[in-house]
Amino acid sequence: MQPLVEVEDLSVDFVTRESRVRAVNGVSFSMMPGEVMCMLGESGSGKSVTMRALMRLLPPKRSEIGGRIRIAGQDVLAMDDRALRRMRGGVVSMIFQEPMTAFDPVVRVGDQIAEVVAQHRGVSRREGLRRALELFDLVRIPSAERRLQAYPHELSGGLRQRAMIALALSCEPKLLLADEPTTALDATVQIQVLILLRSLQRELGMSVVFVTHDLGVAAEIADRVAIMYAGRIVETGSVREVLRSPLHPYTSGLLGSTVHDQPRDRALETIPGAPPDMRALPPGCSFAPRCPQALGECASGPPPAVSPAPGRVARCLRVAAPQQPEYA
Amino acid sequence: MSTTIDKVATPAPMAAPRQRGYWGTVGYRLRHDPVTLCFGALLLAIILSAVFAPWLAPFDPYRESIIRRLKAPGYMGHMLGTDELGRDMLSRLLHGGRLTLTMGMVPVLLATLIGGGLGVVAGFLGGVANAAIMRVMDVFYAFPSVLLAVAISGAMGGGVLNGMIALTLVFIPPLCRVAETATTQVRNLDFVDAARATGAPLRLVLWHHVLGNVLGPILIYASSLISVGIILASGLSFLGLGVKPPEPDWGLMLNALRQAIYVSPLVAAMPGIAIFLTSVSLNMVSDGLRAAMDVRS
Amino acid sequence: MSMSASPAIPPPPLPWRDNDPRDRGGPQQPLLIVRGFKKHFPIRGGLLGRTVAHVRAVDGVSFHVRKGETLGIVGESGCGKSTVARLLMRLMQPDAGEQIFDGDSVGSEGGLSVAELRRQAQMVFQDSASSLNPRMPVQGSVAFGPMAFGMPKAEAMALARELLTKVGLNPALFGGRYPHELSGGQKQRVNIARALALKPRMVILDEAVSALDKSVEAQVLNLLQTLKRELSLTYVFISHDLGVVRWISDRVMVMYLGEVVEIGPADQLYNAPKHPYTRALLASRPAMDPDHRREEAPVSGDPPNPVNPPSGCRFHTRCPFAEPLCASRAPSLGDSEGGAHLAACHMQDPDSGHSQARLQ
Repeated sequence: MQPLVEVEDLSVDFVTRESRVRAVNGVSFSMMPGEVMCMLGESGSGKSVTMRALMRLLPPKRSEIGGRIRIAGQDVLAMDDRALRRMRGGVVSMIFQEPMTAFDPVVRVGDQIAEVVAQHRGVSRREGLRRALELFDLVRIPSAERRLQAYPHELSGGLRQRAMIALALSCEPKLLLADEPTTALDATVQIQVLILLRSLQRELGMSVVFVTHDLGVAAEIADRVAIMYAGRIVETGSVREVLRSPLHPYTSGLLGSTVHDQPRDRALETIPGAPPDMRALPPGCSFAPRCPQALGECASGPPPAVSPAPGRVARCLRVAAPQQPEYA
Repeated sequence: MSTTIDKVATPAPMAAPRQRGYWGTVGYRLRHDPVTLCFGALLLAIILSAVFAPWLAPFDPYRESIIRRLKAPGYMGHMLGTDELGRDMLSRLLHGGRLTLTMGMVPVLLATLIGGGLGVVAGFLGGVANAAIMRVMDVFYAFPSVLLAVAISGAMGGGVLNGMIALTLVFIPPLCRVAETATTQVRNLDFVDAARATGAPLRLVLWHHVLGNVLGPILIYASSLISVGIILASGLSFLGLGVKPPEPDWGLMLNALRQAIYVSPLVAAMPGIAIFLTSVSLNMVSDGLRAAMDVRS
Repeated sequence: MSMSASPAIPPPPLPWRDNDPRDRGGPQQPLLIVRGFKKHFPIRGGLLGRTVAHVRAVDGVSFHVRKGETLGIVGESGCGKSTVARLLMRLMQPDAGEQIFDGDSVGSEGGLSVAELRRQAQMVFQDSASSLNPRMPVQGSVAFGPMAFGMPKAEAMALARELLTKVGLNPALFGGRYPHELSGGQKQRVNIARALALKPRMVILDEAVSALDKSVEAQVLNLLQTLKRELSLTYVFISHDLGVVRWISDRVMVMYLGEVVEIGPADQLYNAPKHPYTRALLASRPAMDPDHRREEAPVSGDPPNPVNPPSGCRFHTRCPFAEPLCASRAPSLGDSEGGAHLAACHMQDPDSGHSQARLQ
C-alpha cells in the first residue's frame, strides 16, 4: 500500500522585515491510509505550523516552506491555486479548536454545509441540504433536522464542534487535519467528541492528523504519536510504546510532569526551565539545556534520527541504533 | 527554593534584558523610522516658520499693490508671487500659518482634555455615569461634523474665538468615544481587577494602571484630528465664519484666490498645498507614533 | 440526609501555624465561611434594554475553608466557579449570602471592610498575560499593592525583588522587563509574587495553571506547594482539571450550574464519588492507556445553559439515574461545615423517595 502522506525534511520559516524564524525544522514522517497520528507538543513546538503547512494554509508572503510534501501522490508544494482548492475540502479538510471561526455567524449551519457540498460536488442546493442532514446524523447530532436550521451561536459548544466535523466530512476527505479540536471543550463533552471522531475515522477509513498538547487525548485517539519540540520531531512510535517506554528524555519528562493521580505529599516531576526561544536555538539538541541526561556532545550538533526498533524513531544521542533509520 | 531559581533563571531563553523603559522603546523606534522622521521634520519646519513668521516674512503681509496683482513666483523678489490684491504670497502663507495652525491645534487640545477626560471617567465608572455621558455625546454625533461646526460658529457670530469654540465642541464627542472605548477595554482586563484586588484606592488604580494604557490611543487619535481641525478651520474661514479678511489664513486665502485659478493657477493652489502638506505630515507622524507605541509588536 | 454519617472532624492540616498576630479565631475557626452566596447577572434585551432573564451564575453556594488547607473547586464552564472567586474578592457584589473571614463578617456593619479583606486574601488570575499591566515593568506590578498602602517606593521595590526571587525569577534579570518579554510560566510566577506582596493569609487561584504548558504547569504547582508551606497560606484552588485539583487539594468541591453538588476530602471524593455528576466527570477523563480507551461517554450532551437551569436537581437532564422526583424537587447538600463528604443527590437521602436511595 502507498502511504497517503509523505513529508520529507519539511521546514517552515516565518519571515518579517527584520527577522527570520524557523518554526519547523526538518520534519519527516509518512502516514498510511486509515492511520491516526497525533502531533504532541507544547505551545510553539511547531505542531500546528506543520499541520497547516500540509494544507498550505500559512500566509504565503510571510512564510517560506521547504522540503517535500506529497498527499495522495500529489506534490502539495508544486500545486497551483486551482489544484490547491481542489485538494482542500476534497482530499484534505480541517477542523479547528474554535468552531465559530469555521462558520459564518449570520448564515444557518445547514445552508453553509449545503453550499459547500453543492459547490464541490456540482449538485443542487436541495441535494446539498439532504446531504447535510445525513452528515448531521453521521456526527450524532440529536434532532438533526431542527439543528440544521440553527445559526452557529444558537448551538452549544459540543454541537458546534460536531457541526464543524460534519462540515469537514461533507466532501469525504481522505485526510482530516484536526487542530486541538477538543481543547476548548468541557471534560464531559471532550470525551464524547473524541469517541465520535474515533468511530467516524473507523467507519470512513480516513487518516487523521491530530494536533494536541494533551497526552491523555493522544492516548484515546492515536495509533501513532510524533512528539515535537522546538520545531523538530524528537520521537515517533506507536502510541502504546511511546507512552509506556519513551525513548527521548523530553517525552519522559512530559509524561512525568503530567498531573495524573500522583501522590499528593510529593513534589511533581518537572522539566526544568522553559522551551527555547525559536529565534536563538541552542546549537545542538534543542532540548539539551533542559535535559537531565545531557552529554557534552549534545551541544555539538542536532542529533540524527535513530531507529532502535521497527516503527520507532528518536533524535537523541543516548538512544542506541541497532538499525538504520527508515527515514531521516 | 534556590534550586527552583537556578532551574528557571539560568537557561533564560531571552536575550540580555533591555532596560530601556516604555518611552525609551518608543523613542528608539521613532528614531529608526525614516518616513516618520522626515514628515516629523517637515511638520516641525511648518510650525517653526509660523511661529517665526514676523522675522521670516520678506514683506508686510497686509501691504497691497494694484500694479503687482497675481504675479507669478519670482516676480520682483516675491518668491511665491502675489495674490489678487498684490500682497506677497510667501509672507501671507507664513503669517497665515499662525492662525490656521492655532485654529487647528487649540480646539483639539481643549477637546482632548474635556472629551478625553469625560471618556475615561465614563469608561472607568461604567453603569449610569457611562450611559449619561455617552448618550449626550451621541446627540452631537447625530450631526455631520462640518455642519455642526458651521452651525455653532454661525450661531455665535463667526470670528476666530467663536470658530475655535465651535471646533472644540465638534471634537469633544469623537475624542470622548475613543477614550471611553479604550478605557472600557482596559477596564475589563484582569490586571485592573488584580490592582483593585490589592485593596488600593480607585484613584491610584486609575492613575497607575488605566491612564497609562489609554493615553496612547487618545493621543494618537487627537494628533490625527489636528489635520481635520486645520481643514475644518479653513472651511469655516472659506465660508466667512472663521477668520475675517484681511487677516491672512490659509482657508480664507484659498477662498479669495478661487477666482484667480485661471489667471494664476500656481499661486491659487498654494494655500491648498500648505494645508495638504500640513495634514499629510500630521497623519504620517501620528501613524508612525501609533506603530512605535505598540510595544508588543 | 447523610449528616449523621459524617466522620469526626479531622484536625486542620499541618502547615498552619498559630503565630500570626492577625489570627483571631484560633485553629478551630475556619478561615473562610461562605453561606448562601448568590449572583445572578441580568440579561438585557428588547428595545428598552429591560431585564429579560437572569444568568444564575452562582445560586446558593455554601462552604468553608479551614486554616492552612487547600479547597479545590472543580466544574465545567458555566458552573460558576470563577464567579465564586470574584465574589470572594468582592470584585463583584454578591446578590445574597454571607462571607465570614476568620470570624468577621465581610462588608457588614462592625465587620471586616472590603479593603481589609483584600489585605488578607489575594487572587491569581488565569490569563497570565492580561493580568499584568503591559506598560509597567513587572517589579512595578508587584510593588504596586504595598505602595498603595503607603510603603515607600524604595522599600516596596526591594520587597518586590525579594518576592520575585521567592517565586524563582532572578530580579536582576527579570524585574525590569515588561510582561510581553516573559514567557507564560514566568508571567504567572510574577502574578503569584504580586498576590504575595501584601502578605495575604489566603490566596484564591482561579485557573492559575490552566493556560500553561504541561512541563511548566508542574513547576508552578510545585512552587505553589512550597510557598504554601513556607508562608502558612490557605488556598482556594479553582480549576477544570481534575488531576491537578486532586494533587493540590485537601478537600474538593464540585460545582454544576451554580450549585455545589458534592464536597468532601479529596481522596474520598475521588475514590468514592457520591454524586452521579462527579462520577461522570471523573469517568470523562482520558484513560492515559491506549489499551483501555473509553468506549462510551459517561453522559451525553453539553451542560445546560445557566440562564434557565433545569428544575429540581439541575443534573437530572443528563443523569442516568434520573426519576420524576429529580425534576420536581431539588436535593439539598446538607451542612458541610464539619468537613464531611456530602453530595446533593436524592440517592444519598434514604427518605427522598428515589428508588435507588441508599440507607446509610
